Amino acid sequence: MATDQTTAVRGTRGSRTAPDAPRRLSPRRWWREVGWRHVVALVALVFAIFPILYIVSSSLNPSGSLTGSNRLFGTVALDNYVDLFTDPVHPYAKWFVNTLVIAGVTAVGTVFLGACAAYAFSRFRFRGRRGGLLSLLLIQMFPQLLAYVAIFLLMVMLRDLFPAIGLGSRLGLILVYLGGALGVNTYLMYGFFNTVPRELDEAATLDGASHAQTFFTIILRLVAPILAVVGLLSFVGTFSDFLIASIVLVDPDKQTLAVGLYQYVSQRFSEYWGVFAAGAVLAAVPVILLFQFLQRYIVSGLTAGSVKG
Amino acid sequence: MSRTTTPPAASPRSRTARGPSAGPAGPDGPRGPRTWIGAQTFSAGFVVKLVLVGLVDALGVYGVLASAAQQQWGVLAFLVAALLVVNLVYFSRRAVPGKYLVPGLVFLLVYQVFVVAYTGWTAFTNYGDGHNSTREDAVEAILVQDEARVPDSPTYALSVVTRGDELAFAVVDPEGDALVGATEQPLEPADGADVEGGRAVALDGYDVLDFAQVVARQSDVFAMRVPLSDDPNDGSLRTTDGSAGYVYASTMVYDEAAGTITDTTTGTVYTADETEGSFVAEDGTALGTGWRVFVGLENFSRVLADPSLRGPFVGVLLWTFGFAIGSVVLTFGLGLFLAITLNDWRVRGRTVYRSLLILPYAFPAFLSALVWRGMLNRDFGFVNQTLLGGAEIPWLTDPVLAKVAVLTVNLWLGFPYMFLICTGALQSIPHEVYEAGRLDGAKPWRMFRSLTMPLLLVSTAPLLISSFAFNFNNFNVVYLTTEGGPQDLSAPVDVGASDILITFVYKIAFGGVNRQYGLACAISILIFLIVATVSAISFRKTRALEELG
Repeated sequence: MATDQTTAVRGTRGSRTAPDAPRRLSPRRWWREVGWRHVVALVALVFAIFPILYIVSSSLNPSGSLTGSNRLFGTVALDNYVDLFTDPVHPYAKWFVNTLVIAGVTAVGTVFLGACAAYAFSRFRFRGRRGGLLSLLLIQMFPQLLAYVAIFLLMVMLRDLFPAIGLGSRLGLILVYLGGALGVNTYLMYGFFNTVPRELDEAATLDGASHAQTFFTIILRLVAPILAVVGLLSFVGTFSDFLIASIVLVDPDKQTLAVGLYQYVSQRFSEYWGVFAAGAVLAAVPVILLFQFLQRYIVSGLTAGSVKG
Repeated sequence: MSRTTTPPAASPRSRTARGPSAGPAGPDGPRGPRTWIGAQTFSAGFVVKLVLVGLVDALGVYGVLASAAQQQWGVLAFLVAALLVVNLVYFSRRAVPGKYLVPGLVFLLVYQVFVVAYTGWTAFTNYGDGHNSTREDAVEAILVQDEARVPDSPTYALSVVTRGDELAFAVVDPEGDALVGATEQPLEPADGADVEGGRAVALDGYDVLDFAQVVARQSDVFAMRVPLSDDPNDGSLRTTDGSAGYVYASTMVYDEAAGTITDTTTGTVYTADETEGSFVAEDGTALGTGWRVFVGLENFSRVLADPSLRGPFVGVLLWTFGFAIGSVVLTFGLGLFLAITLNDWRVRGRTVYRSLLILPYAFPAFLSALVWRGMLNRDFGFVNQTLLGGAEIPWLTDPVLAKVAVLTVNLWLGFPYMFLICTGALQSIPHEVYEAGRLDGAKPWRMFRSLTMPLLLVSTAPLLISSFAFNFNNFNVVYLTTEGGPQDLSAPVDVGASDILITFVYKIAFGGVNRQYGLACAISILIFLIVATVSAISFRKTRALEELG
């Protein structure tokens, strides 16, 4: 089902599969029925793209200030990118690595934990299964985000007990994010796991595979699209998180891009604009690449979710 | 759709549920009796399991020891229980679902269930700056604050020593006895002290620092205070040169039996007030440092009844609804409009349009907010300078325009998502429906209203609700674009015109000099109640909608 929809959304098959063969329209009719759609689309494109063009242009503008950045692509130079990596107060390279590592580990962990839970809910019948699913739904209604004050207080307490996972530690931050690994993801994956025919597991069991072998070698491959979606959503979510990262990571060397780049903008904003812009462009690259790479899966995941309800 | 259908009958599954032992020719070799801790065989998978569980156990035991050392009995009990569960689940042949659920559940319990409970508990306390810890800690902090060198106090010959990374003082008291102590550890007789020339030159378990080393760490050394005894009234030993220690004592005197602190310079007596969590004098003045106490519903009643807080709270609450509803309506409206516009096979280049239109969705949200913040800057921003030809419109600093600004930013960020899901939903509406409509003679607008919208809403309504819930707590867009500003200077707390509840909580908890965790948690609880109520109601409504579809 998901693949169907993917192709549909990508547009290889139009919504109205041409009931009658395409025939030439008169210019007036073309404008009334088709032409205006191009105009709307172009206007929307301008709205969607100009902030991105603007920031790319600012990042290439050697004047580096906010005012200087208003002429799009006036002068082009890489000064800001050089400054970005040579500023000792703002260790951009470290933020970048921190962010990729934290978001990457969190994404992998989230996918793994979520897939395990979804497998259990989908394939086994045990006492408390229904209750478990329901309580997940309930717990998820109180988003972790809302408990961030308590998360901070918990991290303060952990700092004294286990410094490695307490306030100020990147590992600790990852663990906090993994706390949200079940919840929404389990639901999304649970639905998808149910689409994988159970006969496959049974065949594997008959062939002598243990449940772990079935899970790792058969099921996980078949549900790859949903794993990609959950992984990507988790990666992007973690990548963009400012709130929890800003209260947990205090040391500038350990901070993430969101926390670090915010400082560029909040302190002495106007002069640092070019450097910030360079930082923003580089920071956006991995996420946009991932999106392009996994676009099929995202679209199918989103629409699958939307149809499911 | 096949996902919602019920799975096939349960009979074949009950075998899988029992795990590998039920397989007719399991690779695990001879099958032992189905016991809880069954005879295990040493397959590769088992070894991996053994190593992993062993690691968890090792970490757990370390945790148990650490929490025992710090006397954190609650943490210790949790760790012991968790370790027991982990070992039971993974070494039993049954409990197969548990093997898959336990890892996620542990994280869920600690970082979601526990913190929610902790939020609830903190909401009933006065936890915050000045009320951070226990009464003993507060007494100590108060006494330390007003320490002064005791006139005519004896001089101790002092050497700075270290154990590991930790600094300590080794001293020889006027009677000639060697003592050692550190910040957290009051002076006690030293073992194996080697005293030469009235000064300790060597000490078991410690390294004595030479002059250069002391100089290197002088700021730490001069800031150190080593308590003379467990009784904070006895004062402490400090040094100003790294070689002589003097007794410092507080001008405050703590009487544990009476629970009072007396200021010896003024004679004021401060009595411990357990309901306030601070030492209060008769005239009502309280000492700056207090301790954490249970205050009942005080935080909630402050929010809901105290006019100086209720005003800002209600304002923020209304705007939070306005922001969340406005965001959903705007993004859905634009997304749907674009989806309908481009959902026509005759439009060439739809694929290109689509992949470019979702770029804002792919752009990390926090960056978008910061970029827009620059573009909307009143004096230098792109919007005023270039698009509006030098206008000075205070997008971010005017109370109304700041709201417009955050909605615009959120529209930019959110419409591609709605565009995507609307496109998907539109394409899943069968073509026959429209045929039937056309046969009935419906006009396009009528078809949109009576066919497209209801069918579309059936599939998208749940997503609209989650979008509402998401935007209700959309911290990034508001905080990173306007920081909630412009600030309302007439309010007694730090609150701005575009603040939504979650940024309001952030400012109360982490914003200014006076952090009020208890109050912040109370508002978090209120937000939760609101979101939960709204979600519950609207999910009911959608169910009605689904029947309609």
